[in-house]
Amino acid sequence: MPPPANPASVRVVTLNIDGKDYSARADETIIEVCRENKIPIPSLCYLDGLSIWSGCRLCLVEMAGQSRLFAACSTQVAEGMTVSTNTERLQRYRRTIVELLFAERSHVCSVCVSNGHCELQFMAQKCGVDHVRVPYRQARNQVDSSHEAFRLDHNRCILCTRCVRVCDEIEGAHTWDVMGRGSDCHVITDLARPWGESDTCTGCGKCVQVCPTGALVKQGTSAGEMVKDKHFLPILARRRHAQ
Amino acid sequence: MSDPKITVATAWLDGCSGCHMSFLDMDERLVDLAQKLDIVYSPLVDTKVLPEQVDVGILEGSISSEGDLHHAKEFRKHCKLLISLGDCAITGNVPAMRNPFKLEAVLNRAYLETADVQPQIPTVGVPALLRQVRPIHGVVEVDVFIPGCPPHADAIFYVLNELIEGRTPDPSKVTRFGA
Repeated sequence: MPPPANPASVRVVTLNIDGKDYSARADETIIEVCRENKIPIPSLCYLDGLSIWSGCRLCLVEMAGQSRLFAACSTQVAEGMTVSTNTERLQRYRRTIVELLFAERSHVCSVCVSNGHCELQFMAQKCGVDHVRVPYRQARNQVDSSHEAFRLDHNRCILCTRCVRVCDEIEGAHTWDVMGRGSDCHVITDLARPWGESDTCTGCGKCVQVCPTGALVKQGTSAGEMVKDKHFLPILARRRHAQ
Repeated sequence: MSDPKITVATAWLDGCSGCHMSFLDMDERLVDLAQKLDIVYSPLVDTKVLPEQVDVGILEGSISSEGDLHHAKEFRKHCKLLISLGDCAITGNVPAMRNPFKLEAVLNRAYLETADVQPQIPTVGVPALLRQVRPIHGVVEVDVFIPGCPPHADAIFYVLNELIEGRTPDPSKVTRFGA
């Protein structure tokens, strides 16, 4: 999220989204303008209040005159820009992305503590994913229950890095990081030590609340009981920028 | 004479029968459905043989054994339209949670390590387990998917009713994984 700029010093541009004209500040990204104007753009890694990661690729949009696609979260608006947010091609790509997320790890919704409160689950429904066309990887992923208050289940992690960013940028602890490449990629605490042995974790639980799935949850929750509360994030992020 | 009824066959592969229970949960709507549908083969009726030609096949559960595989192939062969009912049929769900483990380890755990008396792995009169549990569309082509664990009776009714009315159902409007 860019710091709120002085409105007087920022240019206003006009752009066209899905056939309608909108005006926006030149320092805004496409996703911010869409969210302000209630134009639905799917996303999983983007979260208002955190820096841009641009990893999930669900917010890809088409731009007139350009053959490649642009991530709406990391592309700033420009004068005369013509954007399409929901073409058949984009729907097909989004559906495939969600299917690949489900195929990569073991998201067994029916026995997940976040069942019914999960952003990945809702994304699947929104994108019309009623089955996964690629074979499941069937890899065995670890569960770290060493922390007294929280639990990490790698089976349900989609590597959105919201936990990494909130811990570094908002809490200032930088307990979380990312390790490994490709199918070995996973989130770690400290230097890949068990979470419960972390010297840096403050136990604030911000990572748990921003996690879109059941990968980071409170200990002691059972199927469907883990309800997340992200309200702290925009409040803290804005106060920080206001200083 | 009224139109001939749509014939429906259902089977329960590696699942818990919850999807069939949800089917029964359509309650009084079953009476209306029975005017238009004829259930010709199912755990809910007595027929023991799948008829040669069926309009709609509904499968609950995943493909976990040779028997499940055989059933799925039979249904595909004899049914014009095949529906995967529930998360086990569509994703593998709970039955597929054994997939990261070796089959021998799974059988040992279930029948030897945890048995107090007569530890033995059953081989006679039961279909052999497959090494990997797969969703139904992993072994035969499936036409319609109704996710949910189990899918709500309203979701099942919606899909059946759309099909009866000759429309293409959009199950994501009414149900999702884990619903």
